[in-house]
Amino acid sequence: MKKILSFIIAFLFATSAFANTVTIVTSFPKDLSGKFKAAFEKKYPNIKVEIVGKKTTAGIKYIQETKSNNTTDLFWASAPDAFEVLKGDGLLQKYTSKAKGIPSKVGSYPVNDPDGFYTGFAAAGYGIMWNTRYLKANKLPAPQQWSDLTNPVYFGHVGMSAPSRSGTTHLTVETLLQGEGFDKGWALSKEMAANFKTVTARSFGVPDGVNSGDFGIGIVIDFFGLSSIGSGFPVDFVYPKVSTLVPANIGIINNAPNKKNAQLFIDFLLSTKGQETLLDPKIRRLPVNPNTYSKAPKGFPNPFKDKSIGAAVKFDVDLSKSRYNLINSMFDVMITYRLDELRDAMSAIYKAEAALKKKSNSKASALVKEARALIAKNPISEAKANDAEFNKIFKKKRKKAKDIEKYAGTRQAEVEAGWDKAVVANYSAAKQKAEQALKLL
Amino acid sequence: MFKNLFLNSTSLIIGIFLLLFLVIPIAQVFYVSFLDVNGSFTLVNFSDFFKNQLFIESFYNSFYVAAMSVVLASVFALPLAYFTSRFNFKGSVIIQSLGFIPLIMPPFVGAVAMKLFFGTNGSVNLLLDQYFGFKIPFMEGLNGVIFVESVHYFPFILINLITSLNNIDRSMEESAQSLGSKGFGLFKRIVLPLSMPGYIAGASLVFLKVFDDLGTPLLLDINNMLAPQAYLRISSIGINDPMGYVIAVILVVTSILAVWVAKMALGGKDYSMLQKGGGGMIKRDMKPRQKITAYSVVGLILFLVLSPHIALTLLSFGTIWSFSVVPDAYTIDHYKNIIFENSIFIKNTMLYCTLAAFIDIVLAFFISYIVLRTKVKGRQLLDYIAMSALAIPGLVLGIGYLRTFYSFNNPLDGKPLASWWFMIVLILAVRRLPYALRAANAALMQISKFLEESAESLGAKKTTIFRKILVPLMTGGLLAGFITSFSTATVELSATIMLVSTEVDAPLAYGIYSYMQTAAGRGPGAALGMIGVLIVAVGTYFSQTIIDKKYKKTGEVNNG
Repeated sequence: MKKILSFIIAFLFATSAFANTVTIVTSFPKDLSGKFKAAFEKKYPNIKVEIVGKKTTAGIKYIQETKSNNTTDLFWASAPDAFEVLKGDGLLQKYTSKAKGIPSKVGSYPVNDPDGFYTGFAAAGYGIMWNTRYLKANKLPAPQQWSDLTNPVYFGHVGMSAPSRSGTTHLTVETLLQGEGFDKGWALSKEMAANFKTVTARSFGVPDGVNSGDFGIGIVIDFFGLSSIGSGFPVDFVYPKVSTLVPANIGIINNAPNKKNAQLFIDFLLSTKGQETLLDPKIRRLPVNPNTYSKAPKGFPNPFKDKSIGAAVKFDVDLSKSRYNLINSMFDVMITYRLDELRDAMSAIYKAEAALKKKSNSKASALVKEARALIAKNPISEAKANDAEFNKIFKKKRKKAKDIEKYAGTRQAEVEAGWDKAVVANYSAAKQKAEQALKLL
Repeated sequence: MFKNLFLNSTSLIIGIFLLLFLVIPIAQVFYVSFLDVNGSFTLVNFSDFFKNQLFIESFYNSFYVAAMSVVLASVFALPLAYFTSRFNFKGSVIIQSLGFIPLIMPPFVGAVAMKLFFGTNGSVNLLLDQYFGFKIPFMEGLNGVIFVESVHYFPFILINLITSLNNIDRSMEESAQSLGSKGFGLFKRIVLPLSMPGYIAGASLVFLKVFDDLGTPLLLDINNMLAPQAYLRISSIGINDPMGYVIAVILVVTSILAVWVAKMALGGKDYSMLQKGGGGMIKRDMKPRQKITAYSVVGLILFLVLSPHIALTLLSFGTIWSFSVVPDAYTIDHYKNIIFENSIFIKNTMLYCTLAAFIDIVLAFFISYIVLRTKVKGRQLLDYIAMSALAIPGLVLGIGYLRTFYSFNNPLDGKPLASWWFMIVLILAVRRLPYALRAANAALMQISKFLEESAESLGAKKTTIFRKILVPLMTGGLLAGFITSFSTATVELSATIMLVSTEVDAPLAYGIYSYMQTAAGRGPGAALGMIGVLIVAVGTYFSQTIIDKKYKKTGEVNNG
């Protein structure tokens, strides 16, 4: 009995014997984190890298919940917004790497946090990926721009993830809203969404669906497309014009137990070896060091040379941050949870429009126009969406009622229930109008 | 005197265990649902729930999916259980073990595999489209959830039903036959009522599990159900949004109601038999025509319920599988990757789940004894609390653990208690305790009280009664409980995902999940899943043969 006990105790201590470690909370997949872990441990054999994989939102929560007794050294993820949240909570510490050759901007976005709390190590943009076998079997053309995806031929063939579920998708939607304007951006989003087969709960659900041929086209962040190509799937990827490049980041947690090692890890990411690791066929992310592209495979996008990638939109990170949760909530209310209603209404409109092509009727075309306007209609105006007071209802942290003076007593669930009602009414009115139009033809 | 002291202290220890590792973490979470923005008590969050059309619809959908899954799962389970325990059926043991296999695959992996086979552009539909020009929407909308869930959870009904059937006292059937009952009458009067406790236990489990399953609807992108709504609210709107917690409360209340209804359905009837059954029902030989029918029915069902495994096998050996009936080419690289580089996931899972399932059967044995056989105060409460673990979404329990145990340090290494690997064992034990408890209850209900009473009147101590009468007679049920707890614990993801603090401590399901999030990781993830399935299948097969051998032996003794 004693023997067993001493063995158990020895075993427990053995697991914590690696005193010289660096613990990283990351949303990156094993294919990425594992490669960097191996390369780093090879360079620094006495430091052990401990990877804690969590989705971005869960990772933020984990660091917030564990701050009283922090064991994490680094937070390593894509979405800059996530780092803004941690920075806002005072959970990051400043560090500026001495690595050379990194420009200050990629596309139109600064590589590093201007305040120095987090560091960009790779760039990512949003685009469209598709399954070539699927498109061929369904005789569909490959889309090139966002507006192509509103074409009725793609009805039921497109997939996207919900911005509330994935920090990267949030940036896609926000980019569209900033690039096209609030109302036009939402109208475009809803017209694209009408062709959706699904709104996935995980961001990887989209490339997964395209790779397996469950649906043909996906709206994804570039490395999902590029790494799927790298892994041999019959897929392709394109950056539409309205796109933005944002850096994927890493930041040191406040009170990190292994601060020195954390700094070494950041320096390693930005070193020549670290940047080249990004080109691995299973990783395929855009390095932030322009010199690394000389080692890239043929056809690999280079934003430092091809200025059309991600330069069209000047992304306003403060605006994005100020309405982050509200935009997610709007998307969910209008699209994620009411996808069936939206599809029904749009498919009625498609039918009426197809009939209109064969036979003109001014009354019917006016009805269809009204129907489209009803679909595009938002439950709130841009001014209200940008209203700082109104946004407080959607803030994750709101401890006291005095924080929300103007809208005191208003709850997010209450606001959303109202939106939902309005959205459902609009969609069903749009459907009715389209059906009326069809009857006239 | 000693008897009462022993029972009371056991109940007290179990009570403290449940309080610490179930009630307090959940209370932390429940508390939030009754708070307004000022932190004072309110019911307004609940009125928000019932005013929201989406939540009402989600509630209806969850209920519909759970009920339909019970129906479909029964369709899968009844023939398998009946044929194998009623007739001399070659390979009964294999069929029964194969029938358990769906349970040991994480539902989200099952959903991936089922999509590859039955999805809009899965193998079956591609073939149908090519040869007949139509497709069947197996996986569209709620259909997909029902299909995946019933394939995944039907073993709950099967296990409990087979145990019940095997426990039916042969003499009951014989006496009925000697009185002239046969065929359907015999089935209706003897077999059906005697197997009811098992069926109801299994069916209510299926209902509960489906009702709060999160992984499957999430993977199939069905958002309009309660569990996904709760998860989406908590993980995207934030930990301070009360609606996620309100939904959790509603889930819990509905589930407890379902347990209560199941209890009522069984209440007031005596299902116990004086004598321990001699190997269950009399086994018959089948006529040739019956044999063909039976084999084709069983074959079809086995194909359906094993299709996730067939698809997963193909995926684990395949190179690229995209919009085609089968993968383009085959390789063993995925297995090499797992075995040589990432076997830690498998080791962790074996360790955690064995410990958790062991804790479960010990607790389940004592709880079921205290509830069914003693008058200890608060015994019903003990049962309700233990069972309520079923109704707690794993994610919510995980958050509760983080909140409750993070501020305490583990004296062994000075790190927070919540990040200690043993907490994963505890959360698994708590989450799976209801399964073991159901099995133990069903086993104990079938043992007549008179056996213990006569032993007691002959001066046997409680411990002797446990050792000599209850444990041997309940071995089958307890082993079934162990297997169920163990194998379902291996696939747990939603609770553990909150608690895993380093990859070194991560269990299998977590490993598969993180593999499945990359384009190149599908193959290795599938291989990891297959290895897990194999390990548990072998274990299940051996325990099944042990149960069978045991019954044969006791049967001989009784008959001799």
